Amino acid sequence: MNIIQQLEAEQVAKIEAKRTLPEFSPGDTLRVNVRVTEGTRTRVQAYEGVCIARSGGSINESFTVRKISYGEGVERVFPVYSPLVESVEVVRRGKVRRAKLYYLRDRRGKSARIIENTGTRARKLNESARLTAAGEKARIEAEKVAAAEALAAEKPQE
Amino acid sequence: MRSGVIAQKVGMTRVYNDAGEHIPVTVLKMENCQVVAHRTEEKNGYVAVQLGAGQKKVKNTTKALRGHFATASVEPKAKLVEFRVSSENLIDVGSELTASHFVAGQLVDVTGTSVGKGFAGAMKRHNFGGLRATHGVSLSHRSHGSTGNNQDPGKVWKGKRMAGHMGQTRVTTQNLEVVSTDEDRGLILVKGAVPGSKGSWITVRDAIKAGIPESAPRPAGIRSAKVEGAE
Repeated sequence: MNIIQQLEAEQVAKIEAKRTLPEFSPGDTLRVNVRVTEGTRTRVQAYEGVCIARSGGSINESFTVRKISYGEGVERVFPVYSPLVESVEVVRRGKVRRAKLYYLRDRRGKSARIIENTGTRARKLNESARLTAAGEKARIEAEKVAAAEALAAEKPQE
Repeated sequence: MRSGVIAQKVGMTRVYNDAGEHIPVTVLKMENCQVVAHRTEEKNGYVAVQLGAGQKKVKNTTKALRGHFATASVEPKAKLVEFRVSSENLIDVGSELTASHFVAGQLVDVTGTSVGKGFAGAMKRHNFGGLRATHGVSLSHRSHGSTGNNQDPGKVWKGKRMAGHMGQTRVTTQNLEVVSTDEDRGLILVKGAVPGSKGSWITVRDAIKAGIPESAPRPAGIRSAKVEGAE
């Protein structure tokens, strides 16, 4: 592996240690939770739409999410390994026959719909996503409990 | 004035900083960057260190250079560069410089040989506008147009910008920020682009316009254990 690939792999590993995105592909409806900084405080903003493309590889990988906002088409490109992308939820898995759904840009309303994918693969992915989400929740709960216990244990000593 | 270092351009990539912003960086690699000779006031009339970097086969080194490397008792180097330094920043001959010579956040000047573009037209070489696409222009949409006046002065002024050879010259980019350094692998990550092709030799110095940060090692970031090992 050359030096550039090594550095990129390290970057990817660093961000994946914090969070991993679920498996998703073009056609899926996503809810992307993005960290937004306003002045001094940061909050998480959700952006929901259809993933119409994934491009690039390794640290340079990104995905495009399209939605119709107040009658106007909006597309946002998110880097997969950006620290600003907190998490991604797959709302619905779509059945499509293209890797890039740029044809959706010329469509409005009924013709811009995507049929839901009800295949075994989609079901399996949903299942695994649910399991990991549950695991994550349990882990966070456990951490909270542990933190509370630690706090409680500390208090009497003072 | 501290010494600079010799590095090799590896390529470009991106890193994310703590704020989540992405920063384009050029990766520079330092390899066997050692002090080969001194230039002193008494002997040469100026103070400098001569650094060498890379490796060269002994059989491909001239006899004269072999002697030069032997006096410094270092392996033959592929690249030799002199850096002017102030006399208190002279570094011992044979000591090896590391990437920790620079600190993250400091500004550096980077010099390299730009990528050759061959014989380039005036539009590419000097950012001329070219001629119009229509209105009777034929076969000369990318030409430079007029090069001067009429019978007076009756010549083309010297220095008139025209088509010609472009690139493959020494280019210095000033005030690039050091994003991070990696001493173990000898890597310096510099924000933005650096002149030259991948694999070309690059010299990196403290930015002349920004000064040297307090935390930077003086006289230089030297690999400690190896220095004593060489006789």
